[in-house]
Amino acid sequence: MKDWMQIAGIKSSEITDETVFRRRRQLIQASMAAGITGFIGGEAVAKALPQPIKPWPDSAMDELTKEEMATSYNNFYELGTDKGDPVKNADKLVTEPWSVVIDGECDAPGKFTLEDILKPHDIEERIYRLRCVEAWSMVIPWNGFPLGDLLKRFKPNSKAKYVAFETINDPNLPGMKSRVLDWPYREGLRMDEAMHPLSLMAIGMYGNVIPSQNGAPLRLVVPWKYGYKSIKSIVRITFTEKQPPTSWNMSAPHEYGFFSNVNPDVSHPRWSQAKERRLAGDTSGLAALFSKKIESQFMNGYGDEVAELYADMDLTKFF
Amino acid sequence: MTTHIERASAHADTLAHTLANTLPAQQGSVRTVPVGHNVAAAALPGKLAPAMNTLLKPTVFILLSLPFLWLVYALFVGELGANPIEAITDYTGEWALRILLLTLALTPLRMVLRKPWPIRLRRMVGLFAFFYALTHLLTYLLLDQQLDGRAILADIIERPYITAGSVGFLILFALAITSTKGMMKRMGKRWQSLHKLVYVGTGAALLHFVWLTRGDQIEPLIYLAVFCVLMLFRMKKLAKRITATS
Repeated sequence: MKDWMQIAGIKSSEITDETVFRRRRQLIQASMAAGITGFIGGEAVAKALPQPIKPWPDSAMDELTKEEMATSYNNFYELGTDKGDPVKNADKLVTEPWSVVIDGECDAPGKFTLEDILKPHDIEERIYRLRCVEAWSMVIPWNGFPLGDLLKRFKPNSKAKYVAFETINDPNLPGMKSRVLDWPYREGLRMDEAMHPLSLMAIGMYGNVIPSQNGAPLRLVVPWKYGYKSIKSIVRITFTEKQPPTSWNMSAPHEYGFFSNVNPDVSHPRWSQAKERRLAGDTSGLAALFSKKIESQFMNGYGDEVAELYADMDLTKFF
Repeated sequence: MTTHIERASAHADTLAHTLANTLPAQQGSVRTVPVGHNVAAAALPGKLAPAMNTLLKPTVFILLSLPFLWLVYALFVGELGANPIEAITDYTGEWALRILLLTLALTPLRMVLRKPWPIRLRRMVGLFAFFYALTHLLTYLLLDQQLDGRAILADIIERPYITAGSVGFLILFALAITSTKGMMKRMGKRWQSLHKLVYVGTGAALLHFVWLTRGDQIEPLIYLAVFCVLMLFRMKKLAKRITATS
């Protein structure tokens, strides 16, 4: 395994006027199509979101998913298991005040308010492909900052080999009455994955405060892994020496591995992962019936950046 | 006795056309059947009877068409959400299962109400179940897999829920194409045995639903419970038959 500090330092990117121009045009079109100017709530986040937001040079160039689609079709079981439930129950998730507990193998643990968490970080706009294990995908402009920059602040010690995350555990949330998963929702990354510059902490999307159904006020986005790794509404971050338990792996270990890297060659018992339905473009009329299904890419197309993290691993075994 | 019943049912258009034929099978003449239950056709008393006879089928036809009409409407106004193909697949599959259970509910309904009219609906309701199952399958083949033969074959072989769904559909298909009066006459006794497969087909469809659902199993379990209750009526009938023969 590579030293994670070293990996975190790597960042190569080239800016061309053309790419910046195309991205901005896409964004403007998307927000106009959505007809949404902003979400209410999340004062701390709203303050942290600069306007305009600095674009990230390596953003995906694919056609963007419409904002109204990305914010109404969600897997967030705490707010209900149907994909339309989270947006309906969004108001049940109280995001103010919000604090995050940092503990485990680090020298600067503590409980931090959202303001404390966000203060030192510059927010940028990154367009990532989001690939769900259910064989659909979206292209979403996230607003956030590198996870590694946040984790470094808590001074993880030499025993910190993994980092574990927890979602809010509020029994008042409508989906949490069902025992569909062993609450709270848990996820984890190996330290080098967490420190990789692609791993993002998001507080906004499409230039707006992230809505509850998408994981307000603070969520993870790990674009080369299946969507469920990108844990929502984070309240706890723990540095661990051992691989932490993760919710879907606990629920069905033969279906969901710890790594969960997007891999078209490793078939899932429920869904072939060879192809995906890109949820962008028309969702009504005959055009919606013939939306294109595209070939899925190794590591969701981020293989050049992240393949080295798994250089010596058998990915059919460590799926 | 049996021959009388058989003749009555064969003549009455009410009993003849069904997907799920649950008429007592020919088991020899020892079995006794309460006469009042099976003398079909215009046995409805009062002034309401003629109106009901005329309106029953068209009304049920319209009611069972509504889910499909809503789907077409929802597609064109963009009500199906971000993933319309998934929405259509789920929706048609659920309606196929609901209507299939409704088909199986008609015989118990006749037993409870002691009226013949539920039986007159069986073929039509059964064919509606097949129609929604066909729409479900075509959505999967044409829109979801976009006729990718290798992917479809891999799905059928590798994924138990798709294997179960395929078995269920093949059975419904066999029942649907043999649901005509002509086929019924041609097949004779074998028709009854074949159409008893509706229980296996429904079981396969339910297994398909249980296995594909990840996480929250409540909905498939409700369907399974309804199926078990409806099967209990058959068990009761079977038990009666056994006690009658012994």
